[in-house]
Amino acid sequence: MKDNNINNHYDHEGSKIGMWLFIFTELLFFGGLFIVYAVYRYKHGTAFELAAKELDVSIGAINTVILLISSATIAMSISSIQLKKRKLTIILLATTLILALIFLVNKYFEWGIKIEHGLYPGSGILQQHGYGEILFFGLYFFMTGLHALHIIIGIILITIIMLKVKNEKIHADRFVQLENTGLYWHLVDIIWIFLFPLFYLIV
Amino acid sequence: MEKSEEHKIISFKTYTVILFLLIVLTSVSVLVTKIDLGNISIIVALSIAGIKTILVFLFFMHLLYDKKMYSIMIAGVLILMTLVLIILFLDYQ
Repeated sequence: MKDNNINNHYDHEGSKIGMWLFIFTELLFFGGLFIVYAVYRYKHGTAFELAAKELDVSIGAINTVILLISSATIAMSISSIQLKKRKLTIILLATTLILALIFLVNKYFEWGIKIEHGLYPGSGILQQHGYGEILFFGLYFFMTGLHALHIIIGIILITIIMLKVKNEKIHADRFVQLENTGLYWHLVDIIWIFLFPLFYLIV
Repeated sequence: MEKSEEHKIISFKTYTVILFLLIVLTSVSVLVTKIDLGNISIIVALSIAGIKTILVFLFFMHLLYDKKMYSIMIAGVLILMTLVLIILFLDYQ
């Protein structure tokens, strides 16, 4: 686009490939956990179905929609920075941030209710349940917890990117960091797209 | 170094349509699993999740507009994951 990029060590394509390679490691990382889930579900099918009934489908569905909207807003922010609309970009990123925070708040209450009912790994009440249910809740807390950790990392990344857009470090000719953050955020969304049916819907 | 090429700007309308489709698919998967179909509901729920993932990959993650190389790499990773799953379940037959 502009010649002043030439001496600037700026490689849009290269940065993006790097981000995708990182995303692949994440996919395989979560993929491994999904395989663990698949094996245990195969071995303890009925217990998994019973345990899944404890989860609230509506909270899960609301959180799915929240993440989908936040994915759309961060995707739109990339279009808007290319259109040189800085203010709109910041508004869209802020919307994404707020949605991410709402997701975490929902998650907090959801976990809180489960823990109140004694359904957490290592609790005495859960020990009285079957082996399959112990495994289900172990996987539930580990996988949604790991996902929530990714949301928190995403919130930090989006905040940094928003400040960079504000300071014009990221602009229409140089926005790969925004694009890569977007890719990361969509990855978090995709993982949730699978967590939702596997833990909430299949009862 | 080569000059960076033009990046396609995707319209807000496209994103809105895709978002709408994703939300509709989510509702469908919730409604379908409410009906007790036994093992079929697992297949339906996971197929819908698959379709949603493809939409996110193609539009939100720009695979439709990017170089083919990205799609090929992702296909490779997904094939690898499927193979691991299949080979693992051979042990449980």
